[in-house]
Amino acid sequence: MKFTEDHEWLVLDGDVVTVGITEHAAEQLGDVVFVELPEVGDEFAESAEIATIESVKAASEINAPVTGEIVAINAAIVENPALVNEDPLGEAWFFKMKIEDTSALDSFMSEDEYKAFIA
Amino acid sequence: MTFEFTDYKPYDFANRRHIGPSPDEMAEMLRAVGAESLDALIDETLPRDIRQAEPLAFGPALSESEVLLRLRRTAARNKVMTSLIGMGYHNTVTPPAIQRNILENPAWYTAYTPYQPEISQGRLEALLNFQTLVADLTALDVANASLLDEPTAAAEAMALCLRSAKSKAKAFFVDAECHPQTINLVKTRAEPLGVEVIVGDPFADLDPKAVFGALFQYPGTHGHLHDFSDLCAALHAEKALATVAADPLALTLLKAPGEMGADVAVGSMQRFGVPMGAGGPHAAYIACKDQYKRALPGRLVGVSVDARGNRAYRLALQTREQHIRREKATSNVCTAQALLAVVASMYAVFHGPKGLKAIAQRVHLETARLAAGLESLGFEVEPKAFFDTFTVECGPLRDVILRSALAEGINLRKVGKTRIGVTLDETVRPETLEGVWRAFGGDLRAEGPAPAARLPEGLGRTSDYLTHPVFHMNRAEAEMTRYMRRLADRDLALDRAMIPLGSCTMKLNATAEMQPISWPEFNAIHPFAPADQQAGYAEMVADLSAKLCAATGYDAMSMQPNSGAQGEYAGLLTIRAWHRSRGEGHRDVCLIPTNAHGTNPASAQMCGMEVVAVKAAENGDVDLDDFRAKAERHADRLAACMITYPSTHGVFEPTVREVCAITHRHGGQVYLDGANLNAMVGVSRPGDIGADVSHLNLHKTFCIPHGGGGPGMGPIGVKAHLAPHLPGHPVEGEGAVSGAPWGSASILAISWAYVLMMGGEGLTQATKVAILNANYIAARLSGAYDILYTGAGGHVAHELIVDVRPLQDSAGVTVDDVAKRLIDCGFHAPTMSWPVPGCLMIEPTESEPKAELDRFCDAMLAIREEARAIERGDLDKEDNPLKRAPHTVEDLVGEWDRPYSREQACFPPGAFRVDKFWAPVNRVDNAYGDRHLVCTCPPMEAYAEAAE
Repeated sequence: MKFTEDHEWLVLDGDVVTVGITEHAAEQLGDVVFVELPEVGDEFAESAEIATIESVKAASEINAPVTGEIVAINAAIVENPALVNEDPLGEAWFFKMKIEDTSALDSFMSEDEYKAFIA
Repeated sequence: MTFEFTDYKPYDFANRRHIGPSPDEMAEMLRAVGAESLDALIDETLPRDIRQAEPLAFGPALSESEVLLRLRRTAARNKVMTSLIGMGYHNTVTPPAIQRNILENPAWYTAYTPYQPEISQGRLEALLNFQTLVADLTALDVANASLLDEPTAAAEAMALCLRSAKSKAKAFFVDAECHPQTINLVKTRAEPLGVEVIVGDPFADLDPKAVFGALFQYPGTHGHLHDFSDLCAALHAEKALATVAADPLALTLLKAPGEMGADVAVGSMQRFGVPMGAGGPHAAYIACKDQYKRALPGRLVGVSVDARGNRAYRLALQTREQHIRREKATSNVCTAQALLAVVASMYAVFHGPKGLKAIAQRVHLETARLAAGLESLGFEVEPKAFFDTFTVECGPLRDVILRSALAEGINLRKVGKTRIGVTLDETVRPETLEGVWRAFGGDLRAEGPAPAARLPEGLGRTSDYLTHPVFHMNRAEAEMTRYMRRLADRDLALDRAMIPLGSCTMKLNATAEMQPISWPEFNAIHPFAPADQQAGYAEMVADLSAKLCAATGYDAMSMQPNSGAQGEYAGLLTIRAWHRSRGEGHRDVCLIPTNAHGTNPASAQMCGMEVVAVKAAENGDVDLDDFRAKAERHADRLAACMITYPSTHGVFEPTVREVCAITHRHGGQVYLDGANLNAMVGVSRPGDIGADVSHLNLHKTFCIPHGGGGPGMGPIGVKAHLAPHLPGHPVEGEGAVSGAPWGSASILAISWAYVLMMGGEGLTQATKVAILNANYIAARLSGAYDILYTGAGGHVAHELIVDVRPLQDSAGVTVDDVAKRLIDCGFHAPTMSWPVPGCLMIEPTESEPKAELDRFCDAMLAIREEARAIERGDLDKEDNPLKRAPHTVEDLVGEWDRPYSREQACFPPGAFRVDKFWAPVNRVDNAYGDRHLVCTCPPMEAYAEAAE
C-alpha cells in the first residue's frame, strides 16, 4: 500500500490501482455525508479533480494521483457515505483506475513514511 | 418650593439606550481591565498612526422624539401613490397579525442566523415552510431559504447552470421579456466569468446548441405568458439547463416551471405580504431539481433528529457555503432574507392554498375588467391573454395619459415610446380601475359581474400545492397568533440574552429606529416611482451617505449592495472597472490573508480574480514578509488585496498602513472589509489609513437587525478616483449589483435614525465602550482560558478569541460542547471555530450592561469548572453535562440515570430560575440530516419513522 501527501492510499494490482482515503483523512473530515464519484470510462490526467467528498464540516476534492482511466467505482460509499468513516482502508475504497505507467507509483510514500508525514 | 436644576436628559439617546454599562459600572470595569480611563484604554489599544485626526462631528445628538419627528418630516416628502408599475414590485397587504407579531417583534427581528439549531427551531420551521411553499408553487424538488432579490437570484441561477450543465458552450440566453433590472444584473455577473449574454426572443433567437443555459420570465415583464416546455426540452437535448423566473402568485393559477421541465426557478416573494419599501428588503427564491441541489447557493434548511431521536431542523449542506469552500464555493452568498421569507411563509400559512388562489383570481379578473374597459374606450391591449399585466398602445397620447394618471394618484409604467404598462395587485379597488380609465379619457364604473378569465389556453394549473397540514391549520387569528408565538418562543434572540457572536456585532436594534420602517411613506413606495415621489428617500440617502463618508474617510457611497458579501462583490467590480479604465484590465490577482472571512475569496472568484493566499504570522497578523513577497511576485497582475481591520483575530495590527502602501506600490487597490467597523467609528477611518474601498455592514455597526438571517445592507464607500466606477442604476445604467437603486432602501431609515440619535460623539463613545466590554470579558476569563491574540498594549479590540482547545485533551470537551452548554446557561454561543478552529470568538458590543457581561462570564467560568471536574475524574468523560448539552424539559421527566443531577443539568450558573430559557430540542445530529436530506415539510408520519 502506498500513500500520497493528499492522504490517499493506493494499492496496485497488475495495471489497476485502487484508491481510497486514509484513516487520518477520514478522522480529520469527521462524519462524511456525501461522495461524488466519476463515471467508469472517464479519463483523468495526474492531479485532475476526480471525486468530491463532503463531511458535516468540510468539503474536499480527491485528485487523480496518476494519469489513467476509471475502470470501477464503489457505489456502496455513494449509497452509504458513513462507510468512509467506518472502514476507510477496506470497504470504502473510492475507485479503480487503469494506468499505463505503474512505475509512477514508486515515488509515493510507504506506510512508515506516511506515518511520519502525519505525525 | 425650590429645586436644583439637573443636567440629566431623560431622552438623551446616546447615553440611555445604546451604551450598556452605566458610568459607575464603566469605572469598575476599567479597574478590572487595568486602564486608568476609557480614553487611556483606547490610547493603549489603537496604534497611534491609525487614529483619526478630528473627532467625528455631525452636530448634536437628537433625542428619540426629535429623531422620530425628523424622520416623519422626511418621510412626508415621499408621495404614497397607487403604483401599477409592476416590474417585479407589487402593492400587497401585510396581514396586521403578521406585521405586529413578526415584522415588528424583536423575538423575530433580533435573532441571528440559525447556525445554532437547538435555539433556532422556530424560525427554522418557518423557513422550512417557506421552502415548501416555493417547492410546491414551482413544482421543483428543492428550494433554499431565500436570496437577496429576484435579479440576484437570476444571476445565481446562471452561475448554477454554468457549474452544472454538461454543455460546453460559454453563452447564456436571457429572454428579452425579463425585467430590465434582471437583465442588467445577469450581465454584471456574467462578464467577469467570461460568459456571453445573449438577449432575445426565445421563440426566435434561442439556439440551444450555443448556450449552457437560458432564462425565461413568466409572466414576461410586459405580461406575456408562454409555455416554455418545448424550449426546455430543446435545451436539455443539447445538455443545457433552463431557468424560469416566475411570479409566485401567478403560479397558483398557471402551469408551474417544473411542469414545463425547467431545471431552476427564481422569483420574488415580495407580493406575499412584504411591503415594497422602495426596493426592499424582500425575499427572493431559488428552486431546482434534486440533482442540482449541491450547486444551490445560499442557505438550505433541512430536517434531522436530535439526541433523543426527536425531529429537529437545522441548516443543511453547509459545506456548499463560502465559509468552507472559499474560492471554490458556488457563490459568495452568506445571508438570506430570513425575516422577509418568514413573513412570506406566514402569509401563505395565513391564507392557505384556497386563499392564495382566491387572491390570484381576483387580481386576474380585475385585470381583465380593466382591459375590457380600455378596449371599450378604443384602446388595444397586448397581450390578449395575461395574468395581471398588459401594455396599451397610446400613440401620441401617451404622455398626456401618464400625466392624467399621476393626477389620479396612479403611477403607470412607461414602455417604449408610445406604450403604457399596467400591473394590478391584491390591493386593487374599484376606484383604482376607474382612476385608470379616467386617465385614458373614459368615465366608466367598475361594477357588475366579473368578466371572463383571460388566461391563455392550456396553461392552467392542474396540480395541487400546499397540501401540508401547516397550510391548512385553523386560520382564526387566535390560532395564528399562537402559532407565531410558539415558534418565537423556541428561539433565543436579543430580547432574551446577549448574543456574543464574534464578527457579527449583535448590538441593540432600538425600537425608535425600527418604527419608521412600518410607515407607508417609506414602505409603500415603488422603487421605480418617479423621483419627485421619492424626495424623502433621496434626502435620507444623501444625509446618511454624507455621515457614513465622514465616519469612514471615503468620498462616495453606493447604497446598492444588499449584504456584506454583495458589497465585497460590488467593491471588487469597482476596482476592476477602474483598472480597465486605465488600460490595466489584465490586473486580476487578489491577495487575501488565510484568516480572511470566507466570503473574501468567494467574492474575488466571482469577479474573475485569481486568489493568492497570504500567510498569517504566529500572532495572527498578516505576515508582512509573505505579503511583500507575493505583491512583488505578482506586481504586473496585482489588482487588489482584501484585508479586514481590526483583523479577524480582533487585533488592531500596527502594520496596516504598510500593507496598504505595499499594495499601492505594486499597482493594486486596497479593499478593507468593514465587518469590524464597530471598533473604528469615531476613532479611526479606513479611508485615512490607505484603503480605497470598504463595505459597511449596516446590519452590524449601524443597527439594522439581523432578522434571524437577513435582511442586511452592505453599502460600499470609495475614494474619489473610484466613484465613477460604482454600480449603475439597475434600469437606466449598467453594472448594477442590486435590483433597486438603493438596495433595501426602507431599512436605511434604521441606520439613519441611529446616527442621528447618537451624533458623532455618541458613535465614538459606542466604539470605545465596545472595546471596553470586550476587554472586560478578556480580563474576567483570562486565567481560566487563554485569550489568543492581543495587541501591543495587551488589549484586544472589540472582540476576543478564547482558546478552548486545551479542554479537548484534558477532558475530551470540544468547542461544540462548550457552545451547547452555554445554551443551558441561557446564552447563544459565540462564533465557533472561526477564525481559529476549535476556538470561540466573543464580541459583546457596547449595548450590553455589566450585569449581562458578568452573567456570561459566570457561565463561561462555570463551564471551565465542569471541565476541571472531568479532568479530576469527578465527572464521567462521556456522560457529563457538557457532552449532553443542551438539556430540555424532556430531561426533567422520566428516568434519570446520569451521574450528575438534574439541577446541575438544567440550572448551571447564568441560567435564570423563573425565566429559564429551555432549548426545544436536545443536541441536533448534523450528520443524520445531511445523509438523509429533507428540505420540505415532511408528512407528519415521516417524523415518527425518522426517530426510529
